[in-house]
Amino acid sequence: MTRTRAQIAAKTPEWRASRAGWLFIAPAIVLIGVFFFLPVGASLLLSITDFDLYAIANPANVRLVGTRNYTELLQNPTFWLALKNTFYFALIGGPLTVATSLGAALLLNAKVVRFKTLFRTIYFLPFVTTLVAVAIVWRYLYHPQYGFLNYALGAVGIHPVDWLGDPRWAMPAIILLAVWKNFGYNMLIFIAGLQAVPEDLYEAAALDGAGAVRQFWHVTLPNLAPTFFFVGVVTMIGYFQLFAEPYVMTTGGPLGATTSLVLFMYEEGFRWWRLGVAASIAFLLFLIILVWTAIQLRLERRLAA
Amino acid sequence: MLRGRALRGLIAACALTACRGAEAREQRITLRFWAMGAEGENVQVLVREFEQLHPNVDVRVQQIPWTAAHEKLLTAYVGNVTPDLAQLGNTWVPELQAVSAILPLDQYVAHSQVVKSSRVFPGIWETNIINDTIYAIPWYVDTRVLFYRKDILAAAGYDSMPQTWAGWRDAMLAIQKKAGTRQWAIFLPTNEWMQPVVLGLQNQSPLLRDGGRFGAFEEPAFRGAFEFYIKLFRDGLAPVAGNNDIANPYQEFARGTFAMWITGPWNIGEFRRRLPPEMQSSWATAPLPGPTGASSGVSNAGGSSLVVFKGSAHPKEAWELIEFLSRADIQRRFYHLTGDLPAQIDAWQDTSLVGDPYLAAFYTQLHRVRPTPKVPEWEFLTSKIIEVSERSIRGGLSTDRALTELDAMVIRILEKRRWILSRAAHAPGDTAAAVKLR
Repeated sequence: MTRTRAQIAAKTPEWRASRAGWLFIAPAIVLIGVFFFLPVGASLLLSITDFDLYAIANPANVRLVGTRNYTELLQNPTFWLALKNTFYFALIGGPLTVATSLGAALLLNAKVVRFKTLFRTIYFLPFVTTLVAVAIVWRYLYHPQYGFLNYALGAVGIHPVDWLGDPRWAMPAIILLAVWKNFGYNMLIFIAGLQAVPEDLYEAAALDGAGAVRQFWHVTLPNLAPTFFFVGVVTMIGYFQLFAEPYVMTTGGPLGATTSLVLFMYEEGFRWWRLGVAASIAFLLFLIILVWTAIQLRLERRLAA
Repeated sequence: MLRGRALRGLIAACALTACRGAEAREQRITLRFWAMGAEGENVQVLVREFEQLHPNVDVRVQQIPWTAAHEKLLTAYVGNVTPDLAQLGNTWVPELQAVSAILPLDQYVAHSQVVKSSRVFPGIWETNIINDTIYAIPWYVDTRVLFYRKDILAAAGYDSMPQTWAGWRDAMLAIQKKAGTRQWAIFLPTNEWMQPVVLGLQNQSPLLRDGGRFGAFEEPAFRGAFEFYIKLFRDGLAPVAGNNDIANPYQEFARGTFAMWITGPWNIGEFRRRLPPEMQSSWATAPLPGPTGASSGVSNAGGSSLVVFKGSAHPKEAWELIEFLSRADIQRRFYHLTGDLPAQIDAWQDTSLVGDPYLAAFYTQLHRVRPTPKVPEWEFLTSKIIEVSERSIRGGLSTDRALTELDAMVIRILEKRRWILSRAAHAPGDTAAAVKLR
């Protein structure tokens, strides 16, 4: 009895401390549980069923099919095409966006530039504009006959390109739109990162005789590394989920050249109403992003070390 | 004088609205009506007229873009927010019937003075019958016919379009012989399923067999049609090009890039608008040729129909609106508003319809239309038909392999349907599922 009391007495402060800790994180855990683990679990469950139009009519029409959705997906050429397109978009568009953002941030951070706030606002505007509205304007820009882009190319003697109608050019056109639409956000983060680089490092480098380029490579970039990795990871996660741009610009065409994984998932789920298949695509995409992010984080750790 | 009349008019209007107001207070009904694209815009005028005839009914037309309509209808059904009535593409009726979202209309039709099966093109009416029950009333119709260059056909030695496959093919060969480089006898967009399917229907193929349980694409009827279709490409009579590959088909038609094109009624207006004036006398339309002559030259039973949703609280009023939109005079006006061809045969007794030489082919063709299989999976199956025919045309896949692969894909896709049908057959208690799908 006394021993237990002693035990309690010994444990109480510790337990109290941990209870306080649990209480503090409880709201977050509940939110994550309800809005993340529950849906992920539900979609994993959905992906091993053949939930479809018939199941909507009558829930008794659902069957467990195990891994059939997955094996059929891996044999589906459209899945591989969508996977290829998604990687094309993410691997070209992602680095391009980050580079553009960095470039814009460096320009806006330069001491000689005036009206910085104005430019910052202008560059940030595409990011806060509705994509659907933007898409209408860009469709005009890309128009093969009346579009400004072809008009501009024509002025330097380049033949008109059927931007959204040609399977070879449709994805570059989507990438261009996405870069323009998204670089503003990353740019702001880069500017914040640049402003955190101590001024005396540049002074020291300048005294040692380093020019602008060497200063960039040996002062700016190393100091920006954490920002860089954050921007890289967030951009890539976003770009793997490419959907709205092709949905409003090309609906996945021409010849499936802009069908992304998420667009493919949307079509399976809400066009053909094969929700079981759609859930398994979602899960595969989740795994792809997970693996990719893990690789990026490991890369960061290795470079930081 | 003027003031007096105005005053009297005002009094009359007041009296009318007052009496309407009293009635309305008793039972004012709002009908929600979903209509797609241009139809949704133009039907508003007619709907206002319906409201005047039915003072207690307000009709709210919601205009839905065609590209989003299919998703929206199913999502609305899942979310239990379906409208009272809606326009449906004819091929969507089986899907909404399978989830039992729409009301069977036999009772209403039986008592109707306006909507009668005998007054609608028979093949079109047939598309909306599932298990001997009518689920949708044809609103406007749509089918494919042959648009062709009279001058090119004449130069090849033909006064009119042949009516058999053999004659048609000979005409194409004759045209091709005189054609220049980058000129073809016919344009068959490789990314459309309609052409091979229509040829299959002409050759008496059921497309699916055993009550929609299996594909019938390897059977001789479809095989014959498919071989005829693919051979047009192999012999260089049709360009290997999809809709996306030809930027402006009207310009190409005017240039003589192709002499024939199987397409729908919407293109009559486009041809009139887009072809140069000097070209206007040299094009014509003709019903599709058939394997054994005119009577076998069937085409697809397209168009839109009107349905009442099961969730509607006012099915009677919704039906009255359908009846109103089916009236011959209203259908004629709808044609003038939209250019959509009336489903009611009586509505065609109008000089602008009968007197139009380009529409004559459609009128003939509409008496020879046949529905595609009425299974919910049909839209999905058509994407597979496009897939194998494109691989056959572009990738050189043999017709045998293409059809074997197609049937194999169809077997997999229809697996669920077979399971449900067999379960319904073994469990007589579960009649709901059985009745829904058989």
